[in-house]
Parts: sequence; C-alpha cells; structure tokens
Amino acid sequence: MAAALRLEAVDPRRNAPLAFLTGLVGAALVFGAVQLANDPGLFLQTFMKSMGLGSTYALIALGFVLIFKATQTVNFAQGALAATGALFLSFLATDGNIPFTSVSNPINSLGGPGWMSWGLNVIVALAFAAAVGLVVERLAIRPMIGEPLFSVAVITLGLEIMFRVFNNDAVEVEFRPLGVPWLANGFKVGDRLINWSFIAAMVTAAAAFVAVYFFYRSRLGIAMRAVAFDQEAAMAQGVSVGRVFAIAWAAGAVLAAVGGIFATQPPVAQTLSVDQETANIAFRALPAVILGGLDSASGALLGGLIVGVAEIYAGQYAAGNVSWLGAGYPLIVPYIVMIIGLLIRPYGLFGTPEIRRV
Amino acid sequence: MLTVANLEVVYNEVILVLRGLSVEVPDGSIVALLGANGAGKTTAVRAITGLLDVHEGDITKGSVTWNGTDISHYKPSRIVEAGITQVMEGRRVFAELTVDENLSAGAFTVRDRKENTEAYERVMTLFPLLQSRRRDTAGYLSGGEQQMLAIGRALMAAPQLLILDEPSLGLAPMLIEQIRDIIVDINAGGVSVLLIEQNAMMALSIAHYGYVMESGKVVMDGEPKKLLADEDVQEFYLGLRAEGERRSFRDVKHYKRRKRWLS
Ligand SMILES: Nc1ncnc2c1ncn2[C@@H]1O[C@H](COP(=O)(O)OP(=O)(O)O)[C@@H](O)[C@H]1O
Ligand SMILES: [Mg+2]
Repeated sequence: MAAALRLEAVDPRRNAPLAFLTGLVGAALVFGAVQLANDPGLFLQTFMKSMGLGSTYALIALGFVLIFKATQTVNFAQGALAATGALFLSFLATDGNIPFTSVSNPINSLGGPGWMSWGLNVIVALAFAAAVGLVVERLAIRPMIGEPLFSVAVITLGLEIMFRVFNNDAVEVEFRPLGVPWLANGFKVGDRLINWSFIAAMVTAAAAFVAVYFFYRSRLGIAMRAVAFDQEAAMAQGVSVGRVFAIAWAAGAVLAAVGGIFATQPPVAQTLSVDQETANIAFRALPAVILGGLDSASGALLGGLIVGVAEIYAGQYAAGNVSWLGAGYPLIVPYIVMIIGLLIRPYGLFGTPEIRRV
Repeated sequence: MLTVANLEVVYNEVILVLRGLSVEVPDGSIVALLGANGAGKTTAVRAITGLLDVHEGDITKGSVTWNGTDISHYKPSRIVEAGITQVMEGRRVFAELTVDENLSAGAFTVRDRKENTEAYERVMTLFPLLQSRRRDTAGYLSGGEQQMLAIGRALMAAPQLLILDEPSLGLAPMLIEQIRDIIVDINAGGVSVLLIEQNAMMALSIAHYGYVMESGKVVMDGEPKKLLADEDVQEFYLGLRAEGERRSFRDVKHYKRRKRWLS
C-alpha cells in the first residue's frame, strides 16, 4: 500500500525525461553495438566528435540558461557575444597587439611555452567578454526592468545585429586565427584521428558545469536563484536585483565567448579562425537550449549532449546510406530532435512549466 | 523609532491608496496595525520597505523616518541594512530553495561570517523544527513551517525592527498561538515589532499599542485595553456584538462601520 502510494507520488517531471532517455539510449546501444563491431575506430571517433559538439552546445546553452533564469530574458545576442569574445582572443593572440591600439601585447613576450601565454590571452579575452556583458546589461537591459519581456528579447535581437555588423565591418572579420595551440591535431585510434579540440571542449564544459553548480550554492548564487524564483521577495531580503542581473550577464557573456572559441574548432568548424559563421553557433545551439528547458542548467548539459550526438551520428551514419539527403541535413537534425522533445515535454526536459514562452 | 507621518501613496499615478497615514513604532515595542482587507496595510509595508517601485506605486506626500533619518527614498537593500526587515504577506518563501538556502538569502546583507553564524544559531534555537529540515526544499514544508521559515529568514539580517504582514493568515488556531508566542520572544530579545493583522484578538493580546486603519488612514488608536473595549472593534474585528452574539464584521461592514467612523 505504502509502496503503491509512493509510486504515484513520483514527480512526473522526472519520469518523462527518464523514459525519453531510456528509449534513446536503448536504440543507441543496439545501433552502437552493430557499428562498433563493424568499425570500432570510426565509432569511437564519431562518439568523441559528438561529445565535442555536444559540449560546445552545452556551453552556449548554459550561458542562455544563466541569463534567462535570473532575468527571464532569452538573450538573442548570445551568438554575437560568442564571436566578439573569439575575435578579441584573435586580436590578443594573433595580431599580438592590445586590441584597438598599436601597443604590443605584453603577454606574448613573457616567454615560456606558447600554450601558457595563449592560456593567459584566453583569460584576458574572457575578462573582456565579461566586461562587454556588464556594459550591455547596464545600458540596454537594466533600464528595461519591469518592461514587457518581449520588448527586452527584441532589444537583445537588436544587439545581436549591432554586434554582428560591428564585428563584420568595423573589425573586418575575414579569417582571423585564434592561435589555438593544438591546431587541428589529435591522437589516433587505429587509423582514425580524434582531435584534441574534442577533448578540450569536453573538459571545459565539465569545468564550467561544476563551477556553475558550486556558484548556485554560494551566497551570490543563492541570491540569483532567489531572484529567479520571486524577485520582490528577494528584494525584501536586501538582494540587489541589479547586481544579480549584472552577474548573470557577465557570466552568460563569458560562457558565450568560451563557446565562441570552440565554435572555430573541429567538430564545429575546421578553420580555427573567427569568421562570419562563428556567430551562428548560438542559433545552432538553440535547439539544445529549448530541449533542455530554458531555466535549467542540467537541462543545458543534457540538451547539448543529446543534440550533439544526434547531429554527429546522423551526419556520420546516414549520409552515405541515404542518397537523397543533402549535405547540409545534419544541421536540421537538432531542430528535429527539439521538436520531438517539445512534443513530449512542452517546457523542455527539465524546464519549469510556469515559465512564460517568448 | 519608526515614524510614518501623513503618508500618501498612489499606484499607477492615479489610484490613491494611503491618505495621510500616521503610525509610530517606538524602540522595543510591539505595535499592532489592524484593518480590513484592502485598507492599505500591505501598501504601508511596501512604502516603509522600499518595495513600492515594483508595484508602480509612489509616495506623493508625507514621510517615513527611521531613527531620525528620512528613508522614504531608500532602496530595499539599504533599508534592510538600516535594520528593518519584513515577513511578507503570504510568506513568500523561496519554494525551490532549501531551508538553509532561504535563511542564507535572508542574510544576504550580512557580510560578517561570525554575525551570520550567530543569527543562524538564534533562528535555530527559536525554531527547533527547522533544524531537522535544514536540507529540505522549502516548498515541501507545511504552512506553519513555512511561516516559521519566513520569520527566521527575516531575522537573519539581525533587524532592529521586524514587520510582519498578516502572519496568522491561513494558519490553524494552535499555530497562530505559537506564532504569537514567538513574536513575544523575538520582542523580548530587543527587536521592535510592527504587527499587521486582521486577527485583532491575536495582535492586541501582545501589542503595547494599536492602530486601526480604514481606507488608507488611521481611524482609531490607543492601548490594546482601550481598543479591545471599543464597541466597534469588538463588533467588526472580534466578531462579538454587545450582547455577546457572534457575527462576522463583513455582514455589517458597509452600513454601520462607515456611519460611525467617517461621520
Ligand atoms: N499594485 C497595485 N496597483 C493598484 N492598486 C493596488 C495595488 N496593490 C494594492 N492595490 C489596491 O490598494 C488597496 C489596498 O491594498 P493593500 O495595501 O493590499 O491592502 P491590505 O493589505 O490592507 O489588504 C486595495 O484597494 C488594492 O486593490
Ligand atoms: Mg495585505
């Protein structure tokens, strides 16, 4: 009797994603076993590739989630922020000057191994991204507190276009290398290459999610979740909503920039350079965000990985076998997965039903 | 001491809700502010704690003075830092956060680790019930537990003045008594209390002074003994008629109350 009651009491919100996942994993296991037996090298390469792509999507999705959870705004400028961060890294690392000046970047003359100064340049570029996030929030978002959410979303769309134009014209994005130390190199399993960039994306995403997990349990992170849940009650505790918004935007912009850096590398792109395509990473990651649920960090991770796996495996195993599919079709796979996901769970796998949809 | 003087508050630039409200909370006392639904009690709390902005409300006249300083244009966080916290109407606990995280949110303005620990221990002593539920999600607590959490959260910033907006709302009589005793305890610890209630019996049984509010201003004030003896208060807030017969004040609200207090 007690057991039966407990079964009924299980939150259906946890059940559905579980069922969805079980089905997906089951099918993948059968299919994977066949492919693994056929060509183990290819299968492993495909898996690592899909994890690399999924991690990049998850990073971008996490940026969306941080901003949305705190401010209820879908930040459509995430892609342009991604490209801006990557562009700044290219200024620092490849042009070798402090951006917008002709003063040479002191980090590059520090000596030491190349990867170390590159790492420092990444940190400076991310700090710049955070600053851009802060400025955008202060100038364009803060004045809109209390205004209709739709208007705020449209403002972010305007920002996206503004930043894109600025990046593309004023700064002349052609192909600007980022100076990534591992280039397109990797290690071999059998005769299949597994890129270091896949591993780097996975490690970075893991670090970012762990960091956000701990942040959400810190004093500021608790304040941010309190604001997300009940803004007025949070204000009544003395939480400064403005500061929470600022931190969310800074963190969101940093995650966008990290995603932007991986958007120039395999498996997302082969150029190792910022170009006009880089800003599109946010739109490619959008299905992952929606699938996971706009307000859930775990959703961002799961959504990113599911979409990444679907896109890469579809590209790898269906392309050669189904002749009528065009070359670009893997790019629509994320949207198909998203639509199926939304049919099962309209608010995303981990989304909160109360959330208004923009 | 908190002094609210001739306060006028307007929502959306047209709806006049407070019409010259004057209330005082001397240091160390419990002051009850009574009034029917819609009298403007919550609006008064918002005006004192800086939350009118959220509701498109503005103070158009009068002042809120705290220990001699006009605080009517302070931001909510600055008011908390100045020593005024509140238990909002309807509890408003952060249901998705744990009990500990709710308390931690209440301590947002407290930077000192030691002060923080002390406040936490005070709250745990006051509410031993919360101790065993520290890691539970606040949304799964019972109504009474949530009210205790809301009070504990408001105490985390170690206030000098605690404002409670209808803490007895929706609670069983046993729990109301518990909450009442806790308010007395808190006050005994040196915290002034502004107790907003529709439950006049509960509030007047512990208050040092009381105000009765109607349509945005005070229509009667005095010692609890005086208020309890008043025929109108008996009839409309305690549900007693002169002959002792029970009757809801809602039934008579419209004709009689207005006749006596407004004429
Ligand atoms: N945000 C608001 N905008 C417009 N009118 C409001 C708002 N909040 C409250 N009111 C009105 O102000 C009056 C007083 O409300 P309130 O302060 O909540 O009273 P009480 O707490 O005594 O029940 C009511 O008539 C209510 O409709
Ligand atoms: Mg009220």
